[in-house]
Amino acid sequence: MSWLILRLGFMSRKLRIIWLGLLSLASLTLHAAPLQVAVASNFMGPMNAVASVFERDTGHKLQLSFGATGQFYAQIRNGAPFAILLAADKETPLKLAREGLAVEATAFTYAKGRLVLWSKRANFVDNDGAFLKSESFTRLAIANPKLAPYGAAALETLTKLGLRDRIAPKIVEAANIAQSFQFVASENATLGFVAMSQVYERGKLKEGSAWLVPTSFHSPINQDAILLNPGKDQPAALALLNFLKTDKAKTMIRSFGYDL
Amino acid sequence: MNQLSDAWPAIALTLQLASLSSALLLVIATPIAWWLSQTSSAWRKPIAALITLPLVLPPTVLGFYILIVLGPKGWIGQLTQSLGLGVLSFSFTGLLIGSLIFSLPFAVQPIQYAFEAIGKRPLEAAATLRAGPLDAFFSVALPLAKPGLLTATVLSFAHTVGEFGVVLMIGGNIPGQTRVVSTQIYGYVESMAYEEAHLLSAGMLVFSFLVLLALGQLKTRRDKVLT
Repeated sequence: MSWLILRLGFMSRKLRIIWLGLLSLASLTLHAAPLQVAVASNFMGPMNAVASVFERDTGHKLQLSFGATGQFYAQIRNGAPFAILLAADKETPLKLAREGLAVEATAFTYAKGRLVLWSKRANFVDNDGAFLKSESFTRLAIANPKLAPYGAAALETLTKLGLRDRIAPKIVEAANIAQSFQFVASENATLGFVAMSQVYERGKLKEGSAWLVPTSFHSPINQDAILLNPGKDQPAALALLNFLKTDKAKTMIRSFGYDL
Repeated sequence: MNQLSDAWPAIALTLQLASLSSALLLVIATPIAWWLSQTSSAWRKPIAALITLPLVLPPTVLGFYILIVLGPKGWIGQLTQSLGLGVLSFSFTGLLIGSLIFSLPFAVQPIQYAFEAIGKRPLEAAATLRAGPLDAFFSVALPLAKPGLLTATVLSFAHTVGEFGVVLMIGGNIPGQTRVVSTQIYGYVESMAYEEAHLLSAGMLVFSFLVLLALGQLKTRRDKVLT
């Protein structure tokens, strides 16, 4: 690129603008701009896997941004150019659709989260949650129930077990499910509610001890995807949404600890 | 507006945290700044760099390491556990430790510059009048460095009020213990309570502006004294 900068120095301002314009036009036609996709951070692992297969199969290019669904909502409302949102909940995509920022008919559940009570210590958490009643722990990490569906599900589970009020003083809230995992992984919290996708690999617990919370204990953790306005006329956007519905993608998603 | 009632405990806690940490920092930072301004030891530069680190490191890095160090496997965590204090993460004390580390350069640097600006002559004069080093420090150096001490207090107070990343990492969002204004704003924004977020953010903006204005005022006064 340095020769380019050198040459620009000799050109008049007008010429330079035309030259730069031509250059950017050329780069646009040579490689189609990658599709910008906003992805809930808990879905980072499976999305990276799905994306590489999708890119290989279709030739489309993806640009993935991982973050909190609430943040994406604020950004999209303020003109972020994402074509697709893979949210961590069901409500945010619907809200965007109602505000005229997304196409309601395209919303669908691409993954269902599973909640796990996890401790880094082996043989600590038993596999029916009765352990919670023993209260032989000082800190229980959960994701912020107001912000994260996993946090709300954790609170529902505690309510269902009749422990919510008794355990409340021991609860530490993490900003999101990734941080809840971090609190437990660093053993600052003895145990915590995390996502199955964080602690299971190919159906097996990676380390510590865990209780896979039955789905009947809380309302489903549905993660919905939706087509956003900037993606309306991008063929790659529809292709990706369809790809997420294929068995190939679903198998990959399941192997990361999600239901479907 | 129904959620705004959450804001008051957060504001009170923030002010408590900020005043405690700026007061403690004044005590901690003054001897460090004095040493840095006087010494010709080979350790001077490495230690100055170490103290400046929190200024350039992302708060998430700091918070992550503080979380590990305070945790049951970390050395501070092991120390506090053996002292019967338990683990300090997710507590006000833990937050205070985090703030002290985070705001240390903001306290040390203004004081150090103030000490350096005094130069050798007033202290030499004090020595010829048979003042001991301690006496010279308290009756000559410290009064002359007063503008620096004030700047350090205001800056570390303001910086603690604005602290977010570290609190997010080691706080656990416990109302009345670790939920401060900045994490409360984050909570409002994330839960899409934009009106509450606006109010609290605007408050923060006005507060910060006033602090900087006051700081500017201090500086012009000091400049007048020096000329």
